[in-house]
Amino acid sequence: MSDYILEMKHIVKEFSGVKALDDVNLQVKRGEIHGLCGENGAGKSTLMNILSGVYGHGTYSGDVVYNGEICKFNNIKDSEAKGIVIIHQELALSPLLSVAENVFLGNEQTSVKGVIDWTETRRKAAEMLAKVGLENENVNVPVGSLGVGKQQLIEIAKAMAKKVDLLILDEPTAALNDEESRKLLDIMLELKKQGVTSIIISHKLNELEYVCDALTIIRDGHTIETLTKGVDDFSEERVIKGMVGRELTNRYPERHDVKIGDVIFEVDNWNVYHPDDAERQMIKDVNIKVKAGEVVGLAGLMGAGRTEFAMSVFGKSYGQKISGTVKINGKEVHLNSVKDAIDNKLAYVSEDRKTYGLVLIDSIKRNMTMAALRNFFSKNGVVDSNEEIVSSEEYKKRINVKSNSIEQTVGSLSGGNQQKVVLAKWMLTQPDVLILDEPTRGIDVGAKYEIYCVINDLAKAGKAVVVISSEMQEIIGTCDRVYVINEGEIAGELGKEDVSQEKIMQCIMAHNRKGE
Amino acid sequence: MENKKTVNMDMKQYGMFLVLIAVYLIFAVMTGGKNMSYANINNLIMQNGYVVILAVGMLLCVLTGNVDLGVGSVVALTGAVAGIMMVDMKMNMWVAIIASLIIGILCGMFAGFFIAVMHVPPFIVTLATMLMGRGATYTLLKAQTKGPLPSNYNFIGAGFLPTIKIPFGGGTLDLVSIIVAIIFSVCIIMSELNGIKTKKKYGFPLNPVWQVILKDAILIFIVWFVFYKIGRYNGIPFVLVIMGAIVGIYYFITSKTVAGRQIYALGGNRKAAQLSGINTDKVFFWVYTNMGMLAGVAGIVLAARNGSATPKAGDQFEMDAIASCYLGGAAVAGGAGTIMGAVVGAFIMGILNNGMSLFGWSTDIQKIVKGAVLLGAVTVDLMSKRKKS
Repeated sequence: MSDYILEMKHIVKEFSGVKALDDVNLQVKRGEIHGLCGENGAGKSTLMNILSGVYGHGTYSGDVVYNGEICKFNNIKDSEAKGIVIIHQELALSPLLSVAENVFLGNEQTSVKGVIDWTETRRKAAEMLAKVGLENENVNVPVGSLGVGKQQLIEIAKAMAKKVDLLILDEPTAALNDEESRKLLDIMLELKKQGVTSIIISHKLNELEYVCDALTIIRDGHTIETLTKGVDDFSEERVIKGMVGRELTNRYPERHDVKIGDVIFEVDNWNVYHPDDAERQMIKDVNIKVKAGEVVGLAGLMGAGRTEFAMSVFGKSYGQKISGTVKINGKEVHLNSVKDAIDNKLAYVSEDRKTYGLVLIDSIKRNMTMAALRNFFSKNGVVDSNEEIVSSEEYKKRINVKSNSIEQTVGSLSGGNQQKVVLAKWMLTQPDVLILDEPTRGIDVGAKYEIYCVINDLAKAGKAVVVISSEMQEIIGTCDRVYVINEGEIAGELGKEDVSQEKIMQCIMAHNRKGE
Repeated sequence: MENKKTVNMDMKQYGMFLVLIAVYLIFAVMTGGKNMSYANINNLIMQNGYVVILAVGMLLCVLTGNVDLGVGSVVALTGAVAGIMMVDMKMNMWVAIIASLIIGILCGMFAGFFIAVMHVPPFIVTLATMLMGRGATYTLLKAQTKGPLPSNYNFIGAGFLPTIKIPFGGGTLDLVSIIVAIIFSVCIIMSELNGIKTKKKYGFPLNPVWQVILKDAILIFIVWFVFYKIGRYNGIPFVLVIMGAIVGIYYFITSKTVAGRQIYALGGNRKAAQLSGINTDKVFFWVYTNMGMLAGVAGIVLAARNGSATPKAGDQFEMDAIASCYLGGAAVAGGAGTIMGAVVGAFIMGILNNGMSLFGWSTDIQKIVKGAVLLGAVTVDLMSKRKKS
């Protein structure tokens, strides 16, 4: 028998024809802390979902070998029975239940069958909490009243209560501050001494460097390499190279004949606090400037604060205690509602089109004119339905929305065509400044190319375009200039000449270090 | 015109119309034609006037993905206020009507405030207004019927427009009804021609001619059927005028105005609506305020038809109004539904009630049948949508 607790061999997982994982191999030694890193969308979470049984046996090919035997998990219960516990980035705690109840959620301490033994529950809960460094915590208070850092530790205590052998942590420190993160990492090291094997997914390479014994890098659904502490170079530069080291193919249309004009969009000293927590600052002193005809990228990792920044500028759609100034076309504007933003020629093409962008049961036409209806398709509150049809037909042709007619419901369109409808919706408001948030998330390469062409056309028309994307290649391929955002602050500004994935990652890492 | 493309009409839009006609014909056979009598057509209109008015207001609530449970109580409360002012306080009829309308609007604003400003779920808020409104009505009326109401007031619910009766086929025929029918027919044809003209101007595809003619022929037939029948009876009931005006206004609002479109957008996807510049709180407030106002109108009409204000008035009207909207094809989750659908739904309920009464079924059995029809209609609607997607 090998000393590997877990071996995942030749894992291939497809989502409707697209390979999310292609021949992935992962070997984890017993008793180690194993790091897993890669860009957003590289396949880390998919791999962990296979391991924990979220994607059941038969939906993928390859073998999961755990403790020397091939496992065929069909759901999370199966993997938990074997001692594999996954803690997701979004915490699975019930905020109104007490700490003790949460620790034994789904694993209740019962005396007679079905009757909960409360004394035992509280006693054991306190015992579990002690293991994760929360000796003095009251187990009777609701979980929701505690901070995120403690909640994360309670998740681990909950895992410990299930007799865990292999603990998987998906971005455990994403929502924590540095002190809390450090504490959590130390708890992991403590658990390691008790014989628990862990896998940790994280974007914070300095943390991985601190706790991990080995590190596997995944890129585009392939395992690139596994580095071992003490044997290989473990430095950030080395890891970043593994994460991004691929050739940039010409997937981005060239932009010709664009006249870059004056600064027409300017945000100064922008500060925003979390909508539910007035103490938590989400955006700190952000300044950006965008010129007419310029495409500017906001790069950063998930949760860096880019969307929060954009939405707070767009009519205070996010956050509280917002301060700072916005200038459009050189004039200071006060955007207190989305209506103000639209009237002042600012458009925000939201991420997650299905949740924030479209009315899926409505037609293409109605979705396209939704934001512009008040200003451009009505007189005295009465809709001009003929103009509506003419304009939506025009945009359907112009940005090539593939559908039978403009009366088709957008819910029946493909992701790429839905995204085009959202774009058209905002182009119809005749903005001078457009913020595009993840404009190509989850759409195929062909549709992406068309969206990039639209971005080029907007720039040619003298608009100021801001592109938010988690795909660094996309930012590099489409933008004239890039602001790197990390933890709600500008971590750096890169011009067209010196922007590269390495540079962006270095900005983020340098900023992370500075924060410590 | 180079663009000669034609497209078939969307039959689903007219499906409920066909159901309405089918239900009516089934009862015509069952009752041996009794439900086609002059008096009965008149009754159908007078009995269902307030349900139609409530269904129109309720549709807006349903479009947001919610309902208003309080309308039946507001109907009773406004009727009671009108009754007390006219009978006990001997006040002018117009003062009483305006006061009742204001009470209705205030009830709507009350619900709207808690929904839009305090963000309490509409189901809870209107459950509360239902209890509070009913309780207030019983208190005001001391649990007794207030009446009789002045006859000029009762005209609103039970009166008829002036008539020009001529002898016809062993009875009389009201020329005013016939003139109105002619005007409607001309309007239908004119608007169709006008529509074709704009479509040609913009190069939009046209519907096949036979479909257009068939559609208009059926519409004109229904118009003539109704107006001939009421013409042979007593002429045009005043309720029909109120109902027609309200249906017309709200049809326009929902299909042709920015305000209407905002309600649909809110119901279809609230977050997307907010990010498109729609003040969803404001929309909620006005939708519920409007519902209160229309409940006030219905309360005035109902009291006038009964000739008295009773504390039990309007009991379970909210259920009839909600059922009408869903029967008329409105989506339970919100965002889809039409005024015409709600009106047709209300009349399907009305024809069911009326037909079963004529057939001699008790109100107990009627409730079972109405419940089954609602359940069946919505189930079929959902199944057909599922197949499509």
